[in-house]
Amino acid sequence: MKRKLTVGNVIFDTFNVIVLLFIALICLYPIYYCMVASLSDPTALAAAGGFMLWPKGIQFGAYKSVFANHEIFSGYLNTFFYVIAGTLLNLFLTLIGAYVLSRQKLTLKRFLNLFVTLTMFISGGMIPLYLVMKGLNLLDARVGIILVTAVNTYNLIMARTYFSTIPQSLEEAARVDGAGEIRILFEIMIPLAGPIIAVLGLYYAVSHWNSWFNEMIYLSDRGKYPIQLFLREILILNEVSAASQDFAADKMPLAESIKYATIVVATVPILFVYPFVQKHFVKGVMVGAVKG
Amino acid sequence: MRRQKIESSKTKKERLRTFGKNIYRERALYILFLPVLLYYLIFAYLPLGGIILAFKRYSPALGIFGSQWIGFDNFIKFFSSYNFGKVLWNTVRISICSIAFNFPAPIILALLLNEIRCTAFKKTVQTLTYLPHFISLVVAVGLLTDFFSRTGLVNNIRASMGLERIAFMMEENYFTPMYVMSGIWQQIGWGSIIYIAAISGIDQELYEAADIDGAGRFQKMYHITLSGIMPTITVLFIMQLGKVMSVGYEKIILMSNDLVLSKSEVISSYVYKLGFGTYPDYGYSTAVNVFNMVVNVTILCIANKFSRKVNETSLW
Repeated sequence: MKRKLTVGNVIFDTFNVIVLLFIALICLYPIYYCMVASLSDPTALAAAGGFMLWPKGIQFGAYKSVFANHEIFSGYLNTFFYVIAGTLLNLFLTLIGAYVLSRQKLTLKRFLNLFVTLTMFISGGMIPLYLVMKGLNLLDARVGIILVTAVNTYNLIMARTYFSTIPQSLEEAARVDGAGEIRILFEIMIPLAGPIIAVLGLYYAVSHWNSWFNEMIYLSDRGKYPIQLFLREILILNEVSAASQDFAADKMPLAESIKYATIVVATVPILFVYPFVQKHFVKGVMVGAVKG
Repeated sequence: MRRQKIESSKTKKERLRTFGKNIYRERALYILFLPVLLYYLIFAYLPLGGIILAFKRYSPALGIFGSQWIGFDNFIKFFSSYNFGKVLWNTVRISICSIAFNFPAPIILALLLNEIRCTAFKKTVQTLTYLPHFISLVVAVGLLTDFFSRTGLVNNIRASMGLERIAFMMEENYFTPMYVMSGIWQQIGWGSIIYIAAISGIDQELYEAADIDGAGRFQKMYHITLSGIMPTITVLFIMQLGKVMSVGYEKIILMSNDLVLSKSEVISSYVYKLGFGTYPDYGYSTAVNVFNMVVNVTILCIANKFSRKVNETSLW
């Protein structure tokens, strides 16, 4: 499609490029600033007043302090545990659930689909769920954090829609060869489900990585806290916690840089996940958009 | 007559038998589904039974079943409390402002991106606008607090222009704008993915035909691109409307402080506070949540019915 070089078009294009550049800049700057600030000298940082394009007076002390802080370090390990174990369980349950729900001739299909979808609209809410967790002895347990979010209904429906688009003929051919349900799922469906697994994996991993609320209400032992809860103390509550006290005691001048270093450490790893699944993305999102 | 009756009961029995046979034949699938079924039973339906708490005065010593029934007292207490009107209005206000600004933003971004010819530029802008979506709410609110503090970047810019410094996060009147604006920042890029995908599905010949008819750029944008993605917009809009009474508590809890509380408390954060605050009242908290749920389901049904009439597009 060619476009005529009229005055109106040129003005519009210029304006458009400027607006888009501005939006992109606003999206990028805060996280870029954190990186720059975490590497900068505290006095230069204080003088910059929030505007900095390059690190000034480079130091790596902030990162050293972050990793030397035992609470942040244990929070980091806990986060990795929740993300990896949680996502694996999520994927396993979502895929088997979606496979069963996508079977065309299943006798209880309508019932099971309703059983699952209803939970998107009605729920007991915070307190009854808390009491269930308490009754099952899942409070203050790492495994409880993983179990309570083991399946996301929206993601389950998305995977179901994906499975129902895989041609029936493949499955029938395998059935003629005597394959059972388990073999069909693992040898035919899962290998064909690459894009949806990538997308689901990303959704689940990001939600575990960024999760803080469940951990806040279900955990009481700080040794099990994920990094987001410590970040909340440092960034928002300004609480005198063990994590910030460590910093305050002997590294006061670096405190601001340390704050940004913690943000970077807690944010950058998950940003790197996206490029790996990018090529599957549009497809996955579109499948999700098709109504269930 | 009698014979017919016997026959019909026989077919009923037979139907039941074939039903049982079918279930047995599909047993492998049901066994496979068992873990998922258990998850939903334990973490969705068991708590659903806990709704009876809303009609009880909960005492930890007596447990859910032992606690005293009090009928609708918890609901009456909520409806007649001073907080009811405030919390309800905050929820509706924050929600409507979010829909009014957060909903069109990704559509506009998608339309603007569609006008860009240079693929590399388009891809770069797209990827950069996805970034904030991956940032956790804790960090996002932390950055917001940082950049909008009295000594933060925004106030430094204001000061350099001769404007007074405003403590944005401490002023109750700035709560909703801050909430909505940071929401746009986090979701504009991510939200646009679906519209960009929908735009790419529009038949290119339509544009060529419009060129021959001498249509201008904005005419094409409006009559082809925008109307091409209208079904997508409608479905997403109904879903948004269905959520009008459910403002998520996570961001509210992170953003609120005592100074802005009268503008920031919404139903869901109120439920949290009642259940986990200084004087937890499980029954009352559950009642407020039940009220919220009933309203949500009602609104969703109305929105769906409305859209089915107007647009022939609906969720179910």
